[in-house]
Amino acid sequence: MSARTIGVVSCSGECCVEGTISRIATRFVLEKLRPDNTVTICLPLFSIGEKGERRFAKLFPTIAVEGCEKRCAGHAIEKYSGKTARSIIVSDLLKKWDVKDTGSRRELNEQGKEAASKVAEEIAAAMDDICARGR
Amino acid sequence: MPDPFLIVPCSGIGKPFGTISREATYCVVEDLKKGETDTICLSLLVMEDEDAKLLVKSHRCIAVDGCPNECAKKSLEQSDAKLVANFRVIDILRENRNLKPKDVTFLDEDGRKIARILADKIALKADELQHSGAVS
Repeated sequence: MSARTIGVVSCSGECCVEGTISRIATRFVLEKLRPDNTVTICLPLFSIGEKGERRFAKLFPTIAVEGCEKRCAGHAIEKYSGKTARSIIVSDLLKKWDVKDTGSRRELNEQGKEAASKVAEEIAAAMDDICARGR
Repeated sequence: MPDPFLIVPCSGIGKPFGTISREATYCVVEDLKKGETDTICLSLLVMEDEDAKLLVKSHRCIAVDGCPNECAKKSLEQSDAKLVANFRVIDILRENRNLKPKDVTFLDEDGRKIARILADKIALKADELQHSGAVS
């Protein structure tokens, strides 16, 4: 499997704990799981940035990590940059895993950090799938 | 009671600046100025959510950016928000060169100190604006 560079763009989600989990999961991928082939970009740069930022999703297959069903990351990427390769919705995963108490948007508890680790593994699995399929 | 200020932090996850801006925002919204301030997701403005745009047009907003890109401030300006003040983490770091935050995912001690200094400045600015009779 080639170590193709893949973009991971997290929801900013400052208002809700799912946003915090999205950001921390993305950081876990950058720091621990796939440090050599992950790039990221701040979501607002798609709208306020220059051409370079808007080429992001054209340069890299991009995974949107969404906090909630509003899917801001995916909408912003597709509006300003290009089609997303995959989408991961944290609120859906928490329901599926029956995780109810994750701590606060300001500070995750141990269960919240564990959930962020599991979301990071989902992101890494999606990256591997993109590398295997070539898209 | 006048409408609360909306404190809008940066979304950055690449460096400690974004994490510091969010911790400072939570410190103001949840501790220092609870009930007098609130926050919204910056990404809602990026995708031009109508409810979010109405909110920032009808409330006084304070942008808390991490870096010189000033995503929060520029996104608020693009949304015709009532922007009354803005702060940048990098400016607070220049004023406190002894503090060197390194960790991004979970703030280290220096990161928390910077966030608290910034939060105090935001709270003070909110007080000044409240007492100066700035349009609410």
